[in-house]
Amino acid sequence: MLEEFIKTLLTGNGFWNPLVWILGFIVIFLVVYILRGYGNATYKKGTSQTQSFLSGNPEYEKQFMHVKASNLYWGWTNAMKWIIDILKKMHTGNVSDYVLWFVIVLGVLFIFVGLM
Amino acid sequence: MSIMDFLLQQSPALIIAIPLLGAFLTPVISRISDKGRNLFVILILAFTAFLVFILAMHVFETGPMTYVFGSTQNVVSNNTVIRILFEVDALSAFMAIIGIIIAFAAAIYSWSFMDNETGLDKYYSLMLLMVVGMLGMVMTGDMFNFFVFLEITSIASCALIAFRTNKANAVAAGFKYIVISTIGALFVLMAIAILYGQYDALNIAKLAQSITFSFADKIALVLLVVALAMKGGIVPMHMWVADAYGRAPASISLILIAATQASLYGVFRVLFTLYGNVITMPSISLGWVMVILGLLTMLIGVIMALIQTDLKRLIAYGAVAELGYIFLAVGTGLTVLTTPENVANIAGYGFEAIKGGIFHIFNDILDIGLLFMVAGALYFATKESSLNKLGGLARNMKYTTVFFLIGLLAVSGIPPLNGFSSKLLIYESIFQLNPILSIIAILASIMLLAIFIKVFQSAFLGPALPQFSHVKEVPKSMLLAMGIVAALIVFIGLFPDLFVTNVVEPAANALINNQEYLQWLTGGI
Repeated sequence: MLEEFIKTLLTGNGFWNPLVWILGFIVIFLVVYILRGYGNATYKKGTSQTQSFLSGNPEYEKQFMHVKASNLYWGWTNAMKWIIDILKKMHTGNVSDYVLWFVIVLGVLFIFVGLM
Repeated sequence: MSIMDFLLQQSPALIIAIPLLGAFLTPVISRISDKGRNLFVILILAFTAFLVFILAMHVFETGPMTYVFGSTQNVVSNNTVIRILFEVDALSAFMAIIGIIIAFAAAIYSWSFMDNETGLDKYYSLMLLMVVGMLGMVMTGDMFNFFVFLEITSIASCALIAFRTNKANAVAAGFKYIVISTIGALFVLMAIAILYGQYDALNIAKLAQSITFSFADKIALVLLVVALAMKGGIVPMHMWVADAYGRAPASISLILIAATQASLYGVFRVLFTLYGNVITMPSISLGWVMVILGLLTMLIGVIMALIQTDLKRLIAYGAVAELGYIFLAVGTGLTVLTTPENVANIAGYGFEAIKGGIFHIFNDILDIGLLFMVAGALYFATKESSLNKLGGLARNMKYTTVFFLIGLLAVSGIPPLNGFSSKLLIYESIFQLNPILSIIAILASIMLLAIFIKVFQSAFLGPALPQFSHVKEVPKSMLLAMGIVAALIVFIGLFPDLFVTNVVEPAANALINNQEYLQWLTGGI
């Protein structure tokens, strides 16, 4: 019965056994944890080490320091602006356009299957 | 005959009849007690789940089960199938299992989640009707019945999407959904009429034996595939998904995912069973069409998710991306099946691809379902769904945070959770069809991870915000529902082979081997 549970999943060309992965993960974690123990503790609570560095500007109240969703991945979304703009135009929110896309796919597939 | 034998023998009918009866009894019980009604719905779904499980175990062991309504006498007369029947093979059983699990979780979740809403008698009735439609779609062996169940699912879903009638967006989403559903269903009906006109049959097995891939058959095929793909949320016909999933109550978004997958099941049933005898003709390369649509679905889903700031809409686009993986994998299997030089590979990577796709249906519903439940929990606790306004909630909602992390890692395909196992099967198999497909699929997964990390950072991490200082953890019933789904995610993640061997493989076999499905017709009942 236990064998059934711990059997390795064969994926055609490879294999996957999460239990072995977890075991490996624990071993690596322990090694890292032990190595960490050899380090020198230079961190001092309550000193300037614990403050955010904002190019010399004072830190705001904590509640104003939260990075909001729209500000995350700014560069990434900016780099993909060209495709995002196209997709935004496509997603009009108008149900007539939703049906139009259905008709387009229907037409393309009619031609494709008709040529078979 | 023991009770168990009786239940097993009658299970295909009871699986539909019990929630259907429950749907009509719910308003009556609601008049007596609200808690009694909630408990009644949970018990109905628990008993239906029990029936689904015994039926599934039987089907996985012994092959398809055919249930004829009315009488088993004279099913075939003058070469025509004259009775309505359900035919449950391993794929149907697989879909029924996931559908009922998620509906059961949704009912438990609803207990507290919907507690402050009015009109709950209608809510629970419609929920049960939605389950009836979904289960009927995956179990019927008759095309017209499939259409009827599709309609039941659509109407119940529409009413539930627009359940919060005081919110204009919810009503608009319901309207869009019913327009899309009606158009889709009408085209399905038109396709059924074309097939009926030609072959004088509505039975899937009978039709599958008769179809010759004539011009009219081609028209019916396109109508069925495109209409069901639209109902399944495949790009570029996916736009309703964000509206519907985003505006429905979270407990309903959960069942909507399973209902959407039931439409995808319809696409696969049409391609592999109904047209199974002709689809392997080398001139037909619909597999590549599925592969391309799958790729587009994945990429457009993740890019649209990236720019969302409303949590439920973001998850909805994530769900679209996940549908792409399923379509891509099954499309790969179909491509291998229809390419003469690759026929030897169907036992190899073609089958692995289909296994991966089927496995991913299960994982997708669980992972995205859990994320929707977390989104609902956040809304329940804060009355806020904009990611720009949320923050620091891990302090107040520790269990919900853990559930979100499980969902996040699972949906992004991070080991050792369930999403990784199915995605690994998909990556490896599609790599052999074309390495670029695999690269794009992995890229989309990485993007999904990044997107959900954004959610985690903006909703759960960061400093405590004063407006959420009063926020408390959600009630126990919601935690229990999330816990059930999270436990399944972890369990399948830790023991993937157990699940793949016993559940996924029989379903994948049933999909590619349509002769088993047709057997009853040639061999008699």
